[in-house]
Amino acid sequence: MHPVISTVIQRLALGVMTLFFVSLIIFSSIELLPGDFGEAVLGQAATEETKAAFRKELGLDEPAYVRYISWAGSALTGDFGTSFSGRNASGVDRSRPVVELVAPRLWNTLFLAGMTAIIAVPLSMFLGITTALYRNSIYDRVMNATTLTTISTPDFFVAYLLILFLASLNPIFPSLANVSDGTEFWDRVYRSTLPAMTLTLVIVAYMMRMTRAAIINLLASPYIEMARLKGVSKMQVILKHALPNAWAPIATVIAFNLAYLVVGVVVVEVVFVYPGIGQLMVDAVTSRDIPVVQACALIFAATYILLNLTADIVGIVTNPRLLHPR
Amino acid sequence: MSTKNKKSGAKGTKGDILLEMKDIVIDGYSDERWHEIVKGVDLTLRRGEVMGLIGESGAGKSTLGLAAMGFVKPGCRLTSGSIDFDGVDLMNAPESKKRQLWGSRIAYVAQSAAASFNPAHRLIEQTVESAVGHAVREESEAKVDARELYASLQLPDPDNIGDRYPHQVSGGQLQRVMTAMAMSPRPDLIIFDEPTTALDVTTQVEVLVAMREIVERFNTAAIYITHDLAVVAQMADFIKVLRYGEEVEEAETRKMLTEPKMPYTKSLWSVRALEKPEVKGDDIVISIKGVDAAYGGAVKVLHDVNIDVPRGSTVAVVGESGSGKSTTARVITGLLPPVKGEVLFNGEALPNALKDRNKDQLRRIQMIYQSADTAMNPRQTVAEIISRPLQFYHDMSSKQREARLVELMKMIELDETFLDRLPNELSGGQKQRICIARALAADPDVIICDEVTSALDQIVQEGILKLLLRLQKEFNITYLFITHDIAVVTAISDEIVVMFQGEVVEQGLKSEILSPPYPDYTQLLLSSVPEMDPDWLTQLTDARSA
Repeated sequence: MHPVISTVIQRLALGVMTLFFVSLIIFSSIELLPGDFGEAVLGQAATEETKAAFRKELGLDEPAYVRYISWAGSALTGDFGTSFSGRNASGVDRSRPVVELVAPRLWNTLFLAGMTAIIAVPLSMFLGITTALYRNSIYDRVMNATTLTTISTPDFFVAYLLILFLASLNPIFPSLANVSDGTEFWDRVYRSTLPAMTLTLVIVAYMMRMTRAAIINLLASPYIEMARLKGVSKMQVILKHALPNAWAPIATVIAFNLAYLVVGVVVVEVVFVYPGIGQLMVDAVTSRDIPVVQACALIFAATYILLNLTADIVGIVTNPRLLHPR
Repeated sequence: MSTKNKKSGAKGTKGDILLEMKDIVIDGYSDERWHEIVKGVDLTLRRGEVMGLIGESGAGKSTLGLAAMGFVKPGCRLTSGSIDFDGVDLMNAPESKKRQLWGSRIAYVAQSAAASFNPAHRLIEQTVESAVGHAVREESEAKVDARELYASLQLPDPDNIGDRYPHQVSGGQLQRVMTAMAMSPRPDLIIFDEPTTALDVTTQVEVLVAMREIVERFNTAAIYITHDLAVVAQMADFIKVLRYGEEVEEAETRKMLTEPKMPYTKSLWSVRALEKPEVKGDDIVISIKGVDAAYGGAVKVLHDVNIDVPRGSTVAVVGESGSGKSTTARVITGLLPPVKGEVLFNGEALPNALKDRNKDQLRRIQMIYQSADTAMNPRQTVAEIISRPLQFYHDMSSKQREARLVELMKMIELDETFLDRLPNELSGGQKQRICIARALAADPDVIICDEVTSALDQIVQEGILKLLLRLQKEFNITYLFITHDIAVVTAISDEIVVMFQGEVVEQGLKSEILSPPYPDYTQLLLSSVPEMDPDWLTQLTDARSA
């Protein structure tokens, strides 16, 4: 078997194992959360008997390992259980499966993340390459200062500034990004513009600076000097001789930022009232809706693992020493 | 178009001046100020001529060589002078103008082939890049030509070797591919910057032959930069000697070798004259018995190694890289416990592992390394570095230590004032002397010297070798001297051990080993060592092909 394939399989197996440990941590840390769901739902006035009955109904009286196995087992089949909220002690059950709650929110989040990535990744690559090419020029300094400012500014503040200038003073884009299932594609894009711009401003700096640093780091290599002495133009030196050797660190920082787009954007969602998964998770934590919290946490963990795995694989396949062993 | 016609058409006769550099001054930036690295050197090169540029490191030879292309490394600047390459003023030409010449009419061959190839691209893509980029040839035509060049450079499997990546071929092969790369656009001038310095002698010969043939065949002019006189004698029509950024002298190769004018040039030659009269020792101090050793348990690097080291003499261990020389040293010091066999010291077996040896056993065997830079803590002063063994092995009080430090500094012929310096305030030779003092501080019976002079210039090398010989005479120290440099071997050794692929090929007195009949490998190794005779390479290739 080609060593790259075996390495990829190895990394995949490691990813699955990590996911298993993460699920254990998620499960047990929620166990350790203070307070009692029954009490939270039924109120402090509820009698011990009603609380006990309520717990039994939800299966909360079983030992933890039994609940973990049944939870993890059904999670593997895509069933994350039933949300605790919407249950009514009086008997009318309006609760919904977790998947039903999470799926549309996850789709919204992925849409926003994808839209941001489509703008931010090429933009930061372009800026990274051009600033490396014209390093220490005015252009380089201005770009560095600008992006440094945008990462140093809190994301909600960037969001409010954009709302102020692009929604209030010059009403170009809507300040509320309230999309729903029925929203048409282009309308969705239009409504999501401001949150996507905010996120772009927040993440471009990392990726651009890493791209620039990775390339400049290589520019001191003897093979770059050799390329210059072969009369290769500066642009070609960077595109053909530096960039192919710089993918590994760039892919890592891109993966990290894409993961942030999925798991870390709750503040931006709140500002724009965007119905993403971050808001859902925060709501679920407040209402102690354990199945939803677990599902969200597991999705976040899987996102991180998957993206980092992708970055690893990019690092491997762009390394000729691994791709073409002796 | 005119340049192109010149290229393909009349190549010019051998007499035409191709490159003329006048009064070149180049500054380098260090310690927060500009220093002159090259101080007003003139250089004239005619078509088809090969000039040897020699000098110690820091003489400015590489800087001058690159300046011939109108190029300076980052941190350097061309301050004044004029560079005229076939009518083009490279001193004042804009980068874009120079770029048209680089890789089409002037090509560069760098010292480290492994570092100078882009790891991400196949060899043939890199070989033809300049020819295709400068529109000298179509890509397909250039590739056909590249394969022909590979063949004439005697690369194995010339039709397919270009499809490999740099890490998939050996250093010697890479160096030849780089020569093909330089030759691909058929330049008028090639700058060879120490192209064989990183290679073993046996590989060096093949590369030298290949480079010389191809340069002759295409009547290319070349500047050959090296610190190895014997190498330059094979390659160059005439030689320019540089020192401290200034020209010492320039002469036709044979004339330079037979009657150098300047004392400095003579001193460069004299190193090779150092030779220790051999002494046969009977009192064996270290005896390696049937040692097998392996790294990580898997790959065996030593097979049944037997070496006897007589007291007070120097045993040189020679062989190319990968032959197991350094591994043998690691086994003796206990850094790498052998898989099989044992090491006897004064007839008694030493514990295999370092941690099982007592202080006295450790004290008796000391080591000096190739790279003095990395063998010293950069944040400790010389006094601290040398004091450590005094304290560790001899438990000396601070007063005793002070007295001993002064003594040791005298032994290594350095002034006491050096004691307060940090390693980076010393020159390469001084650093190596401090390492010798540190080894001496332990009062060892045996010092293992691992390539201790190979990073040093010829003259500094001679100083270190003389010092080691004097110390041996005064204190009856035994040396196990690991080296790949046969000149060093003749200078210092009594006995020689030849190693090849982890095995001892032969051991004996210097006079026995260095005189015929030789086993095959010893023959190959010895005959590959360049000699000062300019006809050496020609005679060697004739002899080998016969």
